[in-house]
This record gives sequence, C-alpha cells and structure tokens, in this order.
Amino acid sequence: MRAVVTVIGKDRTGIIYNVSKILAENSVNIEDISQTVMHDFFTMIMLVDMTNMSVDFNILKAALEEVGETIGMSIRIQHEDLFNAMHTI
Amino acid sequence: MAMFKDVLETVRMIEKERLDIRTITMGISLLDCIDSSGAKSRQKIYEKITRLAENLVKEGERIENELGIPIVNKRISVTPIALIAGSSDDLNYVEYAKTLDAAAATVGINFIGGFSALVPKGFTKGDRILIDSIPEALATTNCVCSSVNLGSSKAGINMDAVKRLGEVIKETAYLTRDADSIGCAKFVAFANAVEDNPFMAGAFHGVGEAESVLNVGVSGPGVVKRALEKAQDASFGEMAEIIKKTAFKITRAGHLVGTTVAERLNVPFGILDLSLAPTPEIGDSVARILEEMGLEHCGTHGTTAALAMLNDAVKKGGIMASTSVGGFSGAFIPVSEDEGMIEAVECGALTFDKLEAMTSVCSVGIDMVAIPGDTPASTISGILADEAAIGVINNKTTGVRIIPVYGKDVGDTAEFGGLLGRAPIMPVNKNDCSVFVNRGGQIPAPIHSFKN
Repeated sequence: MRAVVTVIGKDRTGIIYNVSKILAENSVNIEDISQTVMHDFFTMIMLVDMTNMSVDFNILKAALEEVGETIGMSIRIQHEDLFNAMHTI
Repeated sequence: MAMFKDVLETVRMIEKERLDIRTITMGISLLDCIDSSGAKSRQKIYEKITRLAENLVKEGERIENELGIPIVNKRISVTPIALIAGSSDDLNYVEYAKTLDAAAATVGINFIGGFSALVPKGFTKGDRILIDSIPEALATTNCVCSSVNLGSSKAGINMDAVKRLGEVIKETAYLTRDADSIGCAKFVAFANAVEDNPFMAGAFHGVGEAESVLNVGVSGPGVVKRALEKAQDASFGEMAEIIKKTAFKITRAGHLVGTTVAERLNVPFGILDLSLAPTPEIGDSVARILEEMGLEHCGTHGTTAALAMLNDAVKKGGIMASTSVGGFSGAFIPVSEDEGMIEAVECGALTFDKLEAMTSVCSVGIDMVAIPGDTPASTISGILADEAAIGVINNKTTGVRIIPVYGKDVGDTAEFGGLLGRAPIMPVNKNDCSVFVNRGGQIPAPIHSFKN
C-alpha cells in the first residue's frame, strides 16, 4: 500500500533528513520525491511504500506530525488512493 | 503517482477550502422488526441498529485518518417508522423515537433519520399516529430526525397532510420553545421524497432499498467558490465547465470514501449524493458562490439563474464521476447554515419569496428558515402547499424545514448552534390562507404532457 507525504512550510535545513529518518525507522520505503522552493516556501511531496511498515498507520502519522511541529512544517500523510481517485479518470 | 500540482490541489482543497465528506449515512431496513407488540418491535429495532452500525463510527474515523479527508458526520437512516409501528397496537409512537435515540447514542452517531411517514395519497393508521407523535418525539429526543412525504408527481398533494403538518410544526415549535424551537429544525415535509438521501433531517431508508447500505454525502462549496475566483472573466459556458470539473473531483473523493467504508463494514455501497451543503463557517457558503458569479448579494435579480446553472453543472460533473449518484445531488440553500445567506437576509437582499423561487431550480426547498413565532398554522400549511406544488409540477424533490420561533419576531435572531447555525427571523405574507388550507382532500396529480 502506498501513501503520499506532503511537507509544506518555510524552507530550512534538515527537512528531508528529519522526514526520511522517521520513514526509515518505521521501514517505510521512499519511492519518489519531488520538491520545490518558491519564495522561501518549501513544498515536498513523497510517494512512499508502506508494505513492510513496522508500525500502525496512525502511529506513523502521529510521528510525522510531531516532527512537523518540531521543525515548524506542516506534514501530512494520506493514502495514495485519494489522489488517484480525484485526479485520474 | 498523481502529479505534483494535483497533490497540492487536493491538500489545499482540504486545508483551505473546507473540502469534506459531509456525511456517511448507513441505511438500515427495519422491516424485519415489525411486531404486533410495540415493546418487542422496539427491542428488535435497538438490537438491529446497534449490531449493524456497531463499527460505523470507528471505521469512518479510520478512513478519515488514512485518507486525510474529514468525514464530518456519521449517521443512520431507517425504514419509515410509520410502516414498522403500524402493526402494533400502540396509540403513540414517541417510544419508537426514544428507541432510535438510544440506539444512536450507543453507536455514537449524531443524527438518526426515519421517524417518517409517506402519505402522498392518504394516511394509514400508522401514518396518522406517527404524525401526531412528531412534536413530542422531537422534543424528547436528541438525535432523531423526522420527515413526511406529503405529495408526489404521480399522486398529487395530500392537502389533509399539508393542513395537519402546519399544526404539527407549530406544536413542535412550542414544545421546544426553550431552545428557539429547535425541534422544527429536525423535521422536513417533502414532496417527491427520495429514498436514498444521506442528508438530515430528511434521510430515511426507503422500502425499495436493500437490507443495509452505506450512502455518502459530499460537500465543498468553498472549493467551487475558489475555482470560480480564479476565473474572473469567464463566460457562463466556461464557468459551467469549471464547476463541472470541480464537482467531478469532489465526487470522486466521496466515491472512494463511500466504497471503502462500505467494504470495511461489509455492506453494499448505496449512493453518493453530491450536494453543495453549506455550513455556518466562513468559506463554506453556497450564497458566496452565487455572489462570485457577479451578484452583489445573494437574492438579487439573477440569483435564480445563477443557482440553476450551479445546480445543473454540479449534477453533470458528479454524474460523470460516479455511477451511483443519487439522493438530491445539487445545491442546498439552508438559510441558517450558510453565512452568506444569513448576511443576505440581514441586509434585505434575500426575501422569503425569492427563496421560494430559488427552490424551483435547486435541490431542496425552503430550508432552515426562521419565521415569526406567531405565524398561524394555516400560513405554514400554505408554505408547505406552495413548495409541494413546485416539486410535484416540476418532477423534483422539494422540502420545507421551517422554524416558527416561539416568542420571536422579525428583527430577532434564532440561535441553533453548531452546524444548524443561526437564523434571522424572516417576515412572511400576513394575508390569510386558512380557507384554502381547510378545504382538505387531494390536489390531483398533474398532467405529464403539454408542458409549458
């Protein structure tokens, strides 16, 4: 099962490090990353594979939100299905 | 993976534009709970609802979390209670409402619909008792919603029901006078009621429906408004196209949620109702969409045309996105639940008569409108008859959810709180219609040809 991680906020050092650390610790594999910085505003979207995930989805979600608060970014994780449903025919 | 900008669009819709799944409503048939003993029947009802809907809230919350899209309400609709209770010897059905209320509390939902009767062409014994029980039922329960279907394009309008329901609404207003007559906010009188509507207060599980289904109501007026904001110079054709595309995306999200919840609860997916349902929050208003099209205030000339286009475009986009579109699917215009409507009423732009005209082209009818508490029952019946006529003649659903706020008059405001919002009291026509209402009988079914 795959999910989309969205990270939005003011650019700073260590964003990818902090997010990918949580993912790695929970055996979540990153399949794709795209990011952009516009006017100091950082936006990153990760496609992750949760097949071998070692924790419950809710725990991973809470961990990501917690790290988001620490580094001052908004971090969301949502099942990929929602985006595919809304944007593909 | 969806494209970068698509992901961001979805995130923005949810975070900034209040895209949400308004309700997942589990429809439950109670036909097998019929019993000649009222007490036994109610026991079966309680057991069936709490058994089938045991995991509704839990699964709803789980999917909300996984997909990251809010599911605002988890609700239940049941077979019209008049059909279930009619075989008992009970002379009052308030206990049935209390049973529904208790079951709703046990499974943790906020509304249960189906304290209802279907009387487009006449009453059964059960229908009469149920209608008489409505005021007390609504005054003594928290979560129970009630509805009566009093007319249809096939049968015409049951004017005896129209007359009686005017009185019922007044009685309900009096019994809930301590809370701005809020009981009336939980009652709808329909013409051409739909059997698979997931939205309250008018949800019930029709007899033609399966044992149990999961219906979904999606919303998203904020998303539509935002999409139109970006197209200031668009022509009507272009606006319709934008609304269709937006409705498509919203519907797809709803379809995904509905099918996923249904699968996990192991019940069939019923229908998806794509209705633009406002809330009192800023940025969640249908009136503001109409104003975005170029109207100074909702209610001015051009409003009906704007609403007609919006309603039609929403349907077209939604129908492309899901094969199971049902319910109302269009735009709701509940006054107290829409921040833009409230303002339009307060500044005098939106009048009762204009609202009535608007209901001829949109999903429902006179919805969440507060009127003076001293409005006679016959005037309310006149309003019901007018709305029913619009529905019956035009082959569409219309409903009336009107609140004659006890002790309040034009210039006052009724406060309902939460999603029900607040309503400035609107004046109604003071001329008498009691002779008309008192005639009784049936307005015959309309002709379905020679349409002009």
